[in-house]
Amino acid sequence: MSYLEYTVKSTPTGIRKIIFLNWPLILLLSSVACVGFLMLYSVAGGSFTPWAEPQMKRFAVGLVLMVAVGMVPIWFWRSMAGFGYGLTIILLIGVDLFGAEGKGAQRWIDLGFMRLQPSELMKITLVMFLASYYDWLPSKKRSRPLWVLIPIVVILFPTALVLKQPDLGTSLLLVMAGGGLMFLAGVHWAYFAAVIASGLGLIVAVFQSRETAWQMLNNYQYRRIDTFLDPSADPLGAGYHITQSKIALGSGGWTGRGFMQGPQSRLNFLPEKHTDFIFTTLAEEFGFIGGISLLTIYLLVVFFCVTSALVNRDRFSSLLILGIALNFFLFFSVNMAMVMGLIPVVGVPLPLVSYGGSAMLVLMIAFGLVQSAHVHRPR
Amino acid sequence: MKRNRADHEANQRLLSRRALILGGVQLSMIGALAARMRHLQVNEADQFRTLAEENRIKFKLIPPVRGEVFDRNGIQLAQNIPTYQIKMVREDARDIDAVIAELSKIIDLDEEALARAVAEMKRSAPFYPVTVADDVSWEDISRVSVNAPALPGVTPEVGLSRVYPLGSDFAHILGYVGPVSDYDLDRIDDPDPLLRIPRFQIGKVGVEAKEENRLRGSAGNKQVEVNAAGREMRELGRREGRAGADIQLTIDSTLQNYLQARLGDESASAVVIDCETGDLVAIGSSPTYDPNLFVSGISVADYALLTENKYRPLASKAVQGTYPPGSTFKMMTAMAALEAEIIGPDDTVRCNGYLEVADRKFHCWKRSGHGSVNLKNSLKRSCDVYYYDLALKVGIEKISAMANIFGLGVRHNIQMSAVARGLTPTKAWKAEVHGRDWVIGDTVNASIGQGDMLASPLQLAVMTARLATGREVTPRLVKSVDGVEQASGAGAPLKVNQDNLKKMRQAMFAVVNDRGGTAFGSRITTEGMRMAGKTGTSQVRNISAAERRSGVVRNADLPWKRRDHALFVDFAPADNPKYAIAVIVEHGGGGSTTAAPIARDITLQALYGGKPPLAAYPSKDRSRINGQQKRLEKVRPTAAVDGKDQA
Repeated sequence: MSYLEYTVKSTPTGIRKIIFLNWPLILLLSSVACVGFLMLYSVAGGSFTPWAEPQMKRFAVGLVLMVAVGMVPIWFWRSMAGFGYGLTIILLIGVDLFGAEGKGAQRWIDLGFMRLQPSELMKITLVMFLASYYDWLPSKKRSRPLWVLIPIVVILFPTALVLKQPDLGTSLLLVMAGGGLMFLAGVHWAYFAAVIASGLGLIVAVFQSRETAWQMLNNYQYRRIDTFLDPSADPLGAGYHITQSKIALGSGGWTGRGFMQGPQSRLNFLPEKHTDFIFTTLAEEFGFIGGISLLTIYLLVVFFCVTSALVNRDRFSSLLILGIALNFFLFFSVNMAMVMGLIPVVGVPLPLVSYGGSAMLVLMIAFGLVQSAHVHRPR
Repeated sequence: MKRNRADHEANQRLLSRRALILGGVQLSMIGALAARMRHLQVNEADQFRTLAEENRIKFKLIPPVRGEVFDRNGIQLAQNIPTYQIKMVREDARDIDAVIAELSKIIDLDEEALARAVAEMKRSAPFYPVTVADDVSWEDISRVSVNAPALPGVTPEVGLSRVYPLGSDFAHILGYVGPVSDYDLDRIDDPDPLLRIPRFQIGKVGVEAKEENRLRGSAGNKQVEVNAAGREMRELGRREGRAGADIQLTIDSTLQNYLQARLGDESASAVVIDCETGDLVAIGSSPTYDPNLFVSGISVADYALLTENKYRPLASKAVQGTYPPGSTFKMMTAMAALEAEIIGPDDTVRCNGYLEVADRKFHCWKRSGHGSVNLKNSLKRSCDVYYYDLALKVGIEKISAMANIFGLGVRHNIQMSAVARGLTPTKAWKAEVHGRDWVIGDTVNASIGQGDMLASPLQLAVMTARLATGREVTPRLVKSVDGVEQASGAGAPLKVNQDNLKKMRQAMFAVVNDRGGTAFGSRITTEGMRMAGKTGTSQVRNISAAERRSGVVRNADLPWKRRDHALFVDFAPADNPKYAIAVIVEHGGGGSTTAAPIARDITLQALYGGKPPLAAYPSKDRSRINGQQKRLEKVRPTAAVDGKDQA
């Protein structure tokens, strides 16, 4: 389906597009960001520096970017899908070659004004590329092995590059988001059953390879898995994060200890309290009610995206929105599951709340695509 | 590429179906998250709340300030000086070696002390701060503070360090403090939680150890909120402890300094006791050492130097050392005989240079003999045969009993380490310890303070004080505790005939002041200051019959270990005794030549409360004494007072 098939006439034009933006979604995203500002203010001991203020500025830039991306017709973005994917792959390879060393992992390219993490960008361009692929692919070919193999390569190639950095969390998210998109696009369910079965096989292989010459993960990754399986075995070592995180969460109780009153975060018992573990501070200070509230807002964001996708009769738009919503969902659910001790610590930030520049900007651009799809939907 | 509408509709339906399935999966995952959150925050909230409090709140002991020690004139002998320390907490540092490596990049660390600290950290509870570096300069402290983020668990602290300003002069009396050790914990049955603080300083020997309970005080505690790095954020509550009591000793530090200087490098000891009160005015033992070296842990090399020295600087010979009292014991034999009314003071005994008892010849030190001697002459010239004769008549039991009355063979209760009991032998003792019968020769030997008879300089000083006053003078080392005066040692009159004592004192006066007395050369010439005393030379070897025939080898020709001990006891002023003094120079040769001059100098120093006038000395000695006084004035105790040069 080419852009000529859009009923261009009924599409809003010019400044009028602003009215047709998905405003409830913008409101929800802003409220998530506000929770973020509040928590960053709290973990800094009641100060806008060093985290809350830069985060606010970035969110403002992010909002502008989102609206700007949203104003651009969706058919333009669809035409950019292949280019975007290719560029991100080049950037990922570039990270391997020129990337700065950060926390033992080569993850970003320093652009001067910001640090670009191509792996973040990949989450979006992969979804875009796959959406346009399945928009283009005739439904008869969809489940044929060759046409299934192509998207698998498209997913696994960047995943391998990210895994090499090494960034286990993001590579898992890429696989899950890509797989999710293939599922949405209607690839035969038997493929997924086969992948899940072989995935279980892979887990066994990963553990069997430990301490052999062909060991598949780094030692620190194995340790994280060990720690997840039994955090109490090493409460002061690698299990420290999880143990302290659960203490903070649990001690919050129903209503929490009050804004800026959480001893666990205030006294630095919480690790990475302004980034990956920020949810524990929220849960400690605002309790179960606070935690559930944030979860509800996140759920609403996903809900509004899904409804927007389902009413959109453009296949590319639907797939793109659903893919981005899935990404967003994976983001926050993996982070929460991690701090609650449900899954191993993989280093995924809480979207729009955790302190961090490139993740937030990339996410806002993604929601800009959602807006663009929403504004330019066939009517 | 045009697609038909039906195909498009089918695609849309499939997409919606799949989206709903995926949405369902997502919803169930969110349900799982919510359930988990509820489980942690509602069901197990109390448990986690407790854990959070345990994280946050710590009880910390506030160590009390240790009591200080002063001399009788209020001069400080042991004090607490603020020092900067670097402490480290194992559980906060996590990787001890890495943090220490980081720390040693910033400041200089003593390898040996560091190894000790690491061992201690591994041994003690993970949250106890262990001192990594003591006596750190202010510059180093600020350097550590600046680098705090790179040094988890490392905190600079201000602590109090024990310092002995008069150092070596008081080493044997005060002893020293040191970090509590496993050995101490096994030895001391004390539930005081302070002792569980690693490197908490407790008294190891001397007054510091004996008065530990009073000097230590009691711990307070505080409830503090700490952050993850163990840093105290705020105090939640506090209960003050009680500081240790200040202790004033009976020692006069000026006299103590003179005494140590006078003993010099000899292996010698001396005790000065106040006859009226029993106050120990000076207790010296040489060679000595600097107790400050022990406070923060002595180095292996320094310690080896002390233990390998044949003069045994670590031993407090004045109270621990026991020696055959030799002729200084003769007063006891004489008193036993006088009290038993076996002999009168004017009765004479003939000395031919030896006495034959049970087919064995017991020689007098003078081979030609002293002729007829009475009590006064026998003591003055230190005739042995006179006392052999007395002892044979009165028997060992009465002699030992008399010695006990005068404080020999009795452990005096003073606050120093390993105070010796000495030995006054009896028949029962020999049967029990050696399983052999007492023979008459043993009595003969004991009568002149040889054989099994053993006494410490402290005991000899007490004996002399009791002879001088006729009272049961009891030595006292602690004058007051926190300003409360302790019981005096003046004592009740001895249960002996005071007339007999008077005769003894006259005889002792003759020893020093009559021409021909063994200590005449060491007399005091100022009237009203004259001293009375007794020399003693105790053999540490047997002299064979062959050696006696060919002439006894002179002390100077013998190896040090085999030379005689030189002893002297005296009291002064003779007519109104104020001080009693005992001096023993190990393997020093003769009592009259070696010990008596030292005792005389110390006596004069005590009587004048400082440097005595030269007029107090016999005229021919004055120029030599003048030189000696000038030399001794310059001798100061060795003490690393500022603590800097140790590090």
